[in-house]
Amino acid sequence: MNLAYRDIRHSLGRFLLTCVGLGLLLGVVLAMIGIYRGLVVDALTIARAPAVDLWVVEANTRGPFAEASRIPGDIREAVARIADVTAAGSITYQTVEAEHGGDKLRLYVIGYELTRPGGPPQIAEGREIARSHYEMVADKSSGLTLGERIHLGRHVFTVVGLTRHQVNSGGDPAVYITLPDAQKLQFDLAPPAARVQLARGTGDSSRDTVNAVVARLHANASPDAVAETVHRWKHHSAITQEAQELILTRSLVDRARRQIGLFTSLLLVVSAVIIALIIYTMTMEKLKQIATLKLIGAPDRTIIGMIVQQALALGFIGFATGATLIFSVKDYFPRRVVLEPDNVMILGLIVFAVCLLSSGLGVRAALRVDPATALGG
Amino acid sequence: MAEASDRPLVHLDRISKHFGEGEARVDALRDVSIDVHPGQVVALLGPSGSGKTTLLNVIGCILDPSSGSMELDGERVLEDGLWLRPNLRQLRLDKIGFIFQFHNLIPFLDATDNVALVLQLAGANAVTAHTRAVELLDYLEVGHRRNAMPAKLSGGEAQRVAIARALANKPRIILADEPTAALDSKRAGIVMDLLRKVAVEQNAAIIAVTHDEKIFDRFDRIFSLRDGRLDAGGPVTG
Ligand SMILES: Nc1ncnc2c1ncn2[C@@H]1O[C@H](COP(=O)(O)OP(=O)(O)O)[C@@H](O)[C@H]1O
Ligand SMILES: [Mg+2]
Repeated sequence: MNLAYRDIRHSLGRFLLTCVGLGLLLGVVLAMIGIYRGLVVDALTIARAPAVDLWVVEANTRGPFAEASRIPGDIREAVARIADVTAAGSITYQTVEAEHGGDKLRLYVIGYELTRPGGPPQIAEGREIARSHYEMVADKSSGLTLGERIHLGRHVFTVVGLTRHQVNSGGDPAVYITLPDAQKLQFDLAPPAARVQLARGTGDSSRDTVNAVVARLHANASPDAVAETVHRWKHHSAITQEAQELILTRSLVDRARRQIGLFTSLLLVVSAVIIALIIYTMTMEKLKQIATLKLIGAPDRTIIGMIVQQALALGFIGFATGATLIFSVKDYFPRRVVLEPDNVMILGLIVFAVCLLSSGLGVRAALRVDPATALGG
Repeated sequence: MAEASDRPLVHLDRISKHFGEGEARVDALRDVSIDVHPGQVVALLGPSGSGKTTLLNVIGCILDPSSGSMELDGERVLEDGLWLRPNLRQLRLDKIGFIFQFHNLIPFLDATDNVALVLQLAGANAVTAHTRAVELLDYLEVGHRRNAMPAKLSGGEAQRVAIARALANKPRIILADEPTAALDSKRAGIVMDLLRKVAVEQNAAIIAVTHDEKIFDRFDRIFSLRDGRLDAGGPVTG
C-alpha cells in the first residue's frame, strides 16, 4: 500500500491547490527564462537575417546597430570585387512611425537590393518583393496582413509577404522594402534643412547613402583577413558576423539581459526556498502520524519513501502545471518568449534537486521523532 | 492457562526509569520487577503520575529505561539498561501489539487499511492482508465500518479498529493504555472479553493500564504502582 499516494488522495484538494500554486510560481520562472532567451534571440535576429559573414560600416563605428553608420552606396561594388567575396549588398536601417488602424505603428524599415544579400530570411506567407517600388514584406508581429496598404513617408506600400519573428533589439517589427524606396523614405523623413542640402548635392553626403554593406564570403575564406583588407581603405571598417553578434548581445542589450538574468536568478532562489518550506511543513504536519507508524513497526524506508515520493509528486505536478501554462500562453506575450527544451529540462532538474534536498530535511526530522510522542494526547 | 505459566512472556528485572537530573529529577519507575505468563490478562493500576504509562512504554520498547533487564517472549532484549537488539521496531512488529489511549489510527487510511498496513509491514501480501483485516474487523464487530476513514468513526468504533490493528500480527504481548476509557460499560465488557479470548486463543500476555473499576474482576492479576514502586499485587479473582 502506497502511503504517499493514500495521504495525497485523502487531502487531494489541498495537495492539488499547493501544486497549482507551485505551478504558477514555476510558470513565472519559466516565463522569465523565456523572456531572457527571447531578448537575446531578438537582438540577434536582424543581424542574422541576411546570413552574411562581414559587415562593412563607417570607419571607427560599431554600426549599423550599436552606433550610427553612413557610407556611400557605391562601396558595395568595391566590396564585391574583393577576392573572397561571393556576394555583397547595401542595406539601410531606419525606425519609422506609420499610421495603422488609427494607431501609431513603429516599424524597423530595412532597405535592401532585391538580388543581393540583405533581404528577409524566410517568407512565411505571400511572396518576396518582385517590383522595384512600393512593395513591402512585413513581419507578422506588426499586425499587418497580406495585401494591406500602408503609408510610409509620401508613398503607399502594399504588403506582399509576411515573415515571422523578425524584430529589432527593441522589439519593433521589421519591414523590408527595396533600397531605392528606403533611400527615398530616408530623404522624405529627413529634417527640411538637411533635405535641401541633400537635394542640392552639397555637404558631405549624397542621396546614395546606406548604413552598411553586407558581404558573403567563400566557405573557406577568413572573415578577419577580408576585414583587414577593408580596414586599409580609409573611411571604412569591417565587422565580422561573429563580432557583430557579440556587439549586439554584449553591448546593445547587455543591461537588459543582465537585469532580466539577475531577476530570473532571484526568482529561482525564491522558488527553491518556497518549495523547501512547503515540503518541510508538509512533513512536520505529519510528525505524529510518523511517530505512530514507527510505533506499529514501520521501517525507516517506509517513512522515507512516503516523504520523498510526496515531495517528488509535488515538484513534478507543480512543474508540469507551470510548463503547460507557459507553453500555452507564451505566444500571447508582446515580445518573444523562447523556451528551448534544454532550459526547460535544466529547470526541471533544479526543481527535482530542490525537492529531493528539502525532503531530506523532512526525512531528518521524521527519523528523529520519538515513537513515544504518538502516545501523548 | 496453567501449562503455559512456567516461562513468563514478559519478565522485568529491577527496571528503573528517571527523567531529568538533580533538582528536576523524577523517578518514574523504581526497581520494578514483574512476570506475566502466557494466557494472562493483567492490569496496571495506580494514581495519575505513578508510572503506569512509563512502565508500559518500557515493556513496549518505546522508552529507554535507566537500568534493569528485560526478557520478552523468551528473548533477552535488555541487559543493565542497554538494548541488545539494534532494531527495536522489528521487535515491536514481531512481538508486540499496542492499543493506545487515543486510538492513533492513521488518518489517511480507512479502517481496513489501518489494519492491513501492519499486516503488510510484517510481510503479508496485499490480498492476504486485506482479507485478514476484514476478518478482524468483523471479529471486533466493526466490519460494517470497514471503509470509513478514522475521522468518521465514533470513539468506540475507532478503539475497536485500533484493537484489530494491535491484534493483526498475532502478537504474543499486547499492551493497552486505558483501552476502555473511551467506551461505555457494555462495550468495555465486550473489549475485555475479547482480550481474554485473544489471551487464551493466542496464548498471549495482555497488560492493560486501567482506572476502570467495573472491569477489575476481569483481570488475572493487578499490579499496583505508587510513586514508581510496585505495591504487593496478587490475583483478584479466584
Ligand atoms: N517524558 C517525560 N519527561 C519527564 N517526566 C516524565 C516524562 N514522562 C513521564 N514523566 C513523569 O514520570 C512520572 C510517571 O508518569 P506516567 O508514567 O505518565 O504516569 P501515569 O501514566 O501513571 O499517569 C510522572 O511524574 C510524570 O510527570
Ligand atoms: Mg498514563
